[in-house]
This record gives sequence, structure tokens and C-alpha cells, in this order.
Amino acid sequence: MSYIIDRRLNAKKKSTVNRQRFLRRYKAHIKRSVEEAVNSRSITDINQGSEISIPSKDVSEPVFHHGNGGFRQRVFPGNKEFVVGDEIERPQGGGGGGAGEGSASNQGEGEDDFTFQINQEEFLDFMFEDLELPYMIKKQLRDATSFETRRAGFTNVGSPDKLNVVRSLRSAQARRIALSGKERREIRVLKKELSQLQTMLPDDDAALKITDIEAQIEALQKRIKRMPFIDEFDLKYNNLIRTPVPSSKAMMLCIMDVSGSMTQSIKDIAKRFFILLYLFLNRNYKQIELVFVRHHTHAKEVDEQEFFYSRETGGTIVSSALNLSADIIRDRYPSNDWNIYVAQASDGDNWDGDSHICRQVLQEQILPLAQYFAYIEITTGPPQNLWLEYQQIQQQFEESFAMHNITEAADIYPVFRKLFEKKE
Amino acid sequence: MKKREPISTGSEWTFELIQKYDAEIARVAEHYGLDTYPNQIEVITSEQMMDAYSSVGMPLNYNHWSYGKQFVSTEQQYRRGQMGLAYEIVINSDPCISYLMEENTMTMQALVIAHACYGHNSFFKGNYLFRTWTDASAIIDYLLFAKNYIAKCEERHGLEAVEQVLDACHALMNYGVNRYQRPQPITPDEEKARQAEREEYVQRHINQLWNTIPKKDEEEVIQESRFPSDPEENLLYFVEKNAPLLESWQRELVRIVRKIAQYFYPQRQTQVMNEGWACFWHYTILHHLHDEGLVTDGFIMEFLHSHTSVVYQPPFDAPYFNGINPYALGYGMMQDIRRICENPTDEDREWFPDIAGSNWNDTIQDAMRNYKDESFILQFLSPNIIRELKLFTIDDDSRSNTLQISAIHNSSGYQRVRENLAAQYNIGNREPNIQVYNVNVRGDRSLTLRHYIHNGQPLGDSTLEVLKHLHVLWGFDIHLESATPEGTVQKSYHCPLQPETAVAE
Repeated sequence: MSYIIDRRLNAKKKSTVNRQRFLRRYKAHIKRSVEEAVNSRSITDINQGSEISIPSKDVSEPVFHHGNGGFRQRVFPGNKEFVVGDEIERPQGGGGGGAGEGSASNQGEGEDDFTFQINQEEFLDFMFEDLELPYMIKKQLRDATSFETRRAGFTNVGSPDKLNVVRSLRSAQARRIALSGKERREIRVLKKELSQLQTMLPDDDAALKITDIEAQIEALQKRIKRMPFIDEFDLKYNNLIRTPVPSSKAMMLCIMDVSGSMTQSIKDIAKRFFILLYLFLNRNYKQIELVFVRHHTHAKEVDEQEFFYSRETGGTIVSSALNLSADIIRDRYPSNDWNIYVAQASDGDNWDGDSHICRQVLQEQILPLAQYFAYIEITTGPPQNLWLEYQQIQQQFEESFAMHNITEAADIYPVFRKLFEKKE
Repeated sequence: MKKREPISTGSEWTFELIQKYDAEIARVAEHYGLDTYPNQIEVITSEQMMDAYSSVGMPLNYNHWSYGKQFVSTEQQYRRGQMGLAYEIVINSDPCISYLMEENTMTMQALVIAHACYGHNSFFKGNYLFRTWTDASAIIDYLLFAKNYIAKCEERHGLEAVEQVLDACHALMNYGVNRYQRPQPITPDEEKARQAEREEYVQRHINQLWNTIPKKDEEEVIQESRFPSDPEENLLYFVEKNAPLLESWQRELVRIVRKIAQYFYPQRQTQVMNEGWACFWHYTILHHLHDEGLVTDGFIMEFLHSHTSVVYQPPFDAPYFNGINPYALGYGMMQDIRRICENPTDEDREWFPDIAGSNWNDTIQDAMRNYKDESFILQFLSPNIIRELKLFTIDDDSRSNTLQISAIHNSSGYQRVRENLAAQYNIGNREPNIQVYNVNVRGDRSLTLRHYIHNGQPLGDSTLEVLKHLHVLWGFDIHLESATPEGTVQKSYHCPLQPETAVAE
């Protein structure tokens, strides 16, 4: 008799734990793969899952096995023309008829990399691991508007729905024990006496005393019984208090140069950078406001659709964007409420005479208010005038100002990591 | 024979149909005298099949990253369509658990039931290796014990610490079996009760071995002899009992891996026979059903289609050649034994005087019970099969630049091909023979292993990695000497690394 069981509804994903352990063990390898994937992807599918390749020898589990050499005899099927005594060339590379059969490593994986798939969630986890917005401060502890309800011990008053039964009964018991102490002590003494008297039986005197003592004990026990089982002041209630939550509101200003000097490939790099940033912020910070500014000779605040897809272009005046940004910050994001971050991407080619204005605006209006300002210059040539101006700022605002040069798409992710790595 | 109505005609399966097929197959199996454990047939999804794959086919197993690795690679290959999942997995337990995939058609389910639930199952119950080495009724409980114990260790000592020991044990897993000694059957209750006792006893025992209180001079002389006095082939056993620095929970982990290795040891030695046996019986049983009219012609066509692809042997020069297909070889040999019994030729009478013309069922039952791959091939590989598969032997001597064909499928070659093929299935030849040779008990406590070189074959390139793992377990220096049959040491490996020395001859 066989038992037939439908197991299809049982837990799937039994291997999840093992899979995670595997990913944890090869974290370094996977990160490297993720990095390569980020660099080589088109903008639209940058946040898909990925195929990860790890060199087979790194994941192999070693066992004792025979190496090449020595004498061995192997039997093969499918002889066509061989006769005894034939000599054939040794196949190169140990493949095919060489090593393999017989040795412990004939798993069929050969020289290939060990490849597997990670999903989008895991991919992003690896991509943005150990990154953060630097110098985020909890602002606005006073006049907080959001509260959080927290448990804070127990109180003697409260509404019935918060009654804590265990605590209440415990304190009732404590009270009963405490208040009946005298009576119980007396009972103990009397009982001892009683047992002594009982040994003296039969004796009229003792018998008399015994009935007397028994009556006393009974009276005492009655008194204990009269003690209320639970009393008003035994009741304990869960105490909930409202605590103000410090807001850590943050906003990110993305400034992108779309001037005519930005070639298609430079724009592409800039967009990739901002998409990375966008993904990162959306994923790791639930509440963050994003403001997009694009500029050529004029700066314009746009929505994300326009930011990434509009084709409008023109000359270059970088200060227009910085001025607009300063206005936006001043009008809408008071710095005592907000953590302000700015990321700017440009090819660094600015209208002559504008760059030092940029420096001024930055130094006077933006940097004092911002937590962090990241500038990336995308150019293959020598540093442009904007870069040179910004270099002077960097010395002044060493912590909150960072600038990096990107020459090709492969630099984006490493630079991105450098800009937003966790700073102790 | 009077034809009966077919059990079903469509390709969809239902639980009622599976039950009916199972009942009919059980009846036929009994008719042929197959002795089986009771069956527990479980229908699972392909995802669950992948889970089962990656925990060495067991329904439950402890957690380890290597199973995760297995899982991701299975998943990858399956998704890309590079690999179909097996139609079934069967576990040597009592009751015998078989997994059927829900994607299978009714025909495939019937095939799997005949193959796994009656073929493999009767093999597990009958073959002498399984009877000696494994305890089908206890394995599931033991795995549960192991899983819980290891999970507890992880909680108490941390993932890394446990993983390190398990990694090391896995590297030595193939050297964790007693080849000749019958292990004691393991029952879970006993196991738990004895585990605590063992902890204490072993700890005390080891302390005695490593006792450093100086002894009198006259005793020193005796200490010159080696420890262990005879080389020990079971490295994990030796480590478990003698490693000086292991804590008792670590010893228990070593023991768990060793026990599981021991459980799988018979499977590694009977692959050809086991698959051959199961294929032979699914073929025989389903044809029997067809003869009775219980299955349709369409059923038998679909069955034959998958059957032939399973038992196909690609020639050595085919691009997808991947060694000798155990299904093909085993099935071919089983069918051939039946042929020799039923219609022997003169050649068969000459080669197999004992079995030619005998009762075929008795003969293959006897073969199933009393042989393993190596001896089975040595005994039963007939010239007919050698011709059919066109087997030939290649001599590969690293001292010459070319390979030489030393035997082919002709009358002068049959015997040699048969011996060579049998040797190929001898685990003793496949894996390097490495044993514990000596422990420097009085000195630096180093452990010396000895590799007994077979046919001049050196050790592979992962040897040092394995020694590192052994070093983790032993805690003191490890030496490995490759010794020729004459006893001269050709090459030695050390961990921690000393310059690799090749002893000049």
C-alpha cells in the first residue's frame, strides 16, 4: 500500500537560507559583478536583476583528487575505426578524453565561470550597500509636528482597554501576601504548637487545648479570606506616551547642464549618474524631496520626466542654475528644517566670466546651507574653468564639498560610490 | 491473455489515477517478486524539486552555503532551459519517499512510479551494500537531529564558526567512511542519549592521549612506534576521536558529516546497477501492463520515447559526451542478463555457463542483491554488450606523447575491456588512497597523512586547499607524503605552507 501525498502547497523556497548564505559568502565577487553590470547597462534597465559570474575556482569546494600524470586506462564507448595498437594524439587542454572521467571534478562545469541570477531587489541591495547621504542631521526637535506612541511602563490610572491583567494580578497577590503576613505568622506558630500537642495525645488537657487552637486557626484563616482578592489600587494599566519624532527631512537638488557643449555621450553619462542617484535616494530614503534643475543659458525647474527626457538645449551660463537653486532653497527649504543636498553635473565648459560668479553664489548662498554638495565634471580633456574655480572652494569647505571627474561611463559607479560612501 | 480496459487514455494525471496506476504497478511488481519498502509518493512542484536537488535530494538537511550554491546553479540552468529537472527523486528511507513533479504527464508519473517506487526501492531494500551500510528507517530522524543540532550550534557559537568546521568536513567527506567495518545502526533516541555521554568521554580520552606529564625513560622507547599503529583510512573518524583542540560540539559536527557520508557511500558504488535495475523494471512492468491492455499504445509510445533518450549512450566523440551513461550501461547489462538466461547463444554458454538458460528473474535478483558496480561489471559484462556499446580501452601513460588503444570489442579484447571498465568503477582507483600515517604525539603534534600512489598518478591541484581545511580541524601542522608502492616519499605537502619539496630520486 502506497501513500500518495500532495506536497505542492508546502513551503517553497526551502533553499532561501542556503542561497542567502551563499550570497553572503561571495559578497565581494557579487559586488564586483554588480559594478560591471551598472557600468555597461543602458539607462532604462539599470535597475533590473542581474546575472552574476564568479570564477569557478573561487567557488569550488576542494577535495582530494588525482592530477594529470601517471598511468591510467579508460574505457570509452562508440569505437569507430580504432584497432588495437593505434596511437592517437593526446587531446589538448585535458578536456574531452583527457582528465575528467574518474577524477572527482567531472561536474561538467569545466573552465566556465559559475553563473547565477540575482533579482532586482538583491541587485539594488548590493549596488547601494554601505552608501548614505553624508552628514544627515536630525533637525527640528522643537515644534515637532509628528509624534510616535511608545510604551513607557505602567500606571495606576488608565482606561479599561489598557488594563494589564498580569501586572494587576501580580500586584493583587503581592498585596494579599503583604497584608496577611501577621495572620499567617500566627497560624504557623499555632500549627507548630498543635503538632506538639498532638504527640501528647491522649491527654484531656491537650485535647482541650487542641480544640482551642483549632478554633483560633480557623478564625485567623477566615480573616485572611476576608481580604479582597483584587482591589481598586491593584489595577495596573499599560502606559503609552507620545514622543516627538525628530524629522530628518532631506531634499536633493539635481542640477544638470544641457548646454550645446554637452555632447550626446556626456549627457548620457550625466543622466546615468542622476538615475543612479535617483534610484539610490528612492530606495534608501523614504521621505526625500527631489528637485530637478536643468540649465543652458537659463535654468529651469522641471519634473523628473522632463529632466531625463527633454531635448531642449542652448549655450552655457552655470550661475543661472545656481542662482535658481539658491532661490529654491531659500524660499521652500529652510535649512533649519531640511537637510539640503545638491548634486551638479556638467562638462565644466562655462561662459567666460561666469565661473567666478558661480563660486560666489556657492560660497555665499548655497554651501552655508547645504549638508553636502557633489560636483561631477564629465570631460575627457583637461579640467575646465568651472573645475578650477571649484577647486578653490574645496579647500574652504573640505567636508561638505566634493568634486570628481568622470571621463567615461565606467567611472560613474565608482565615483558615485566615492561620493556617497559611509563617512564615519 | 484477456485484454482489459485501459486505466486512462488522456495525458492529464489526477490523484485517483496515480492511485490506480500505483496499485496495478504494485501488483505487477509483486508478480515479479520485487521486495520493497512501503512507498510514500509525494507530488511536488518544480521549485520544490529544485529545493530537493540542492539539499542532496534529502527532504531536510542542515543549512550550508554549498547547498545555496547548488541551488542557484540549478535554478540558473533550469531557467535557461539548459537542463530539465529529473522526473523524480527517490530517497532510501523506510517508507521509501519518492517525489513526482506536477508537470509530468500521466505516462511520466507511471514511469516514475515504476522506476523509483518499485525499481530503486527494491534495490535499496535488497542490495547488500545498502543492507550493510545504511539504516533506511532511521535516516530521516537522524537528519532532523543533525539539522536541529547544527542550528543550535549556530546560535551558540556563531555562523562563521560552524561554517568553518562544516567546510572542512565537506572537503574530507569522501574520506569519512569506513570501507570495511559495519557502522552501528543509528537511532535518533539513542543518538541523543549517547551524544552527551560521548562528549564527556571523548574529551577525557583525548586529554589522556595528549597528556604531557613526563613519563619515565623506559616508557619513552615504546613511544617511538607510530600513532595510530595501523594507518587509518577514515580521516574524519580519526579527527573526531583524536583531534586535540576540537571542542565537543565541533566533534559532533564532524560526526554528523561523517555519518551522512557513510549513508551515501553505497549510492556512489552502485550507480550503474541501481539505475540499470530501475530502468529494467520500469521497462518490464510497463510492458507487462501494456500486454494486459491496461495502458494504451499511445502511452507506450510516449514512454518509449523518454525511455530511449534516458538509456542512450552518445559515442565518445559526440559533443555532448559526458562519460559512460550509467543508465545505458546498467540497463543494457540487465536486459542482456535476461537475454542470456532466456535465449543463450554459444558465446554466452561459453562466457556464462552458470547462468545461460537459468531462470532470468532469479539471476538478476541475485545480481542485484550481491554485487556492486565494480564486481557486477566484472561478472556480467558480456561480449554482446561490449559490441553493442563498441567499448574500447585507451591507455594513457604520461611518459609517452600519444595515447594507445589497448583493447577493442573483439575476441581478444573482451576480457580486458571488462576488467578495465570494472576498475573504472572501483572507488579505490578513482579517489587517491590517503590515510592517517602518524601523529607526532610527543613532539609538535603534527599529523602526517600518506598518499599511496597508484599507477604513478599524482595528487591534483586542490590538495593544499584540502590540507588547509584539515588544519582547521586538527589545529597543528599537517604533512602529506605521496609515497610510491616501494615506500619512498616522492613529494610532500605541508600546511601551514613550507616550501613544497620534491624529493629527488
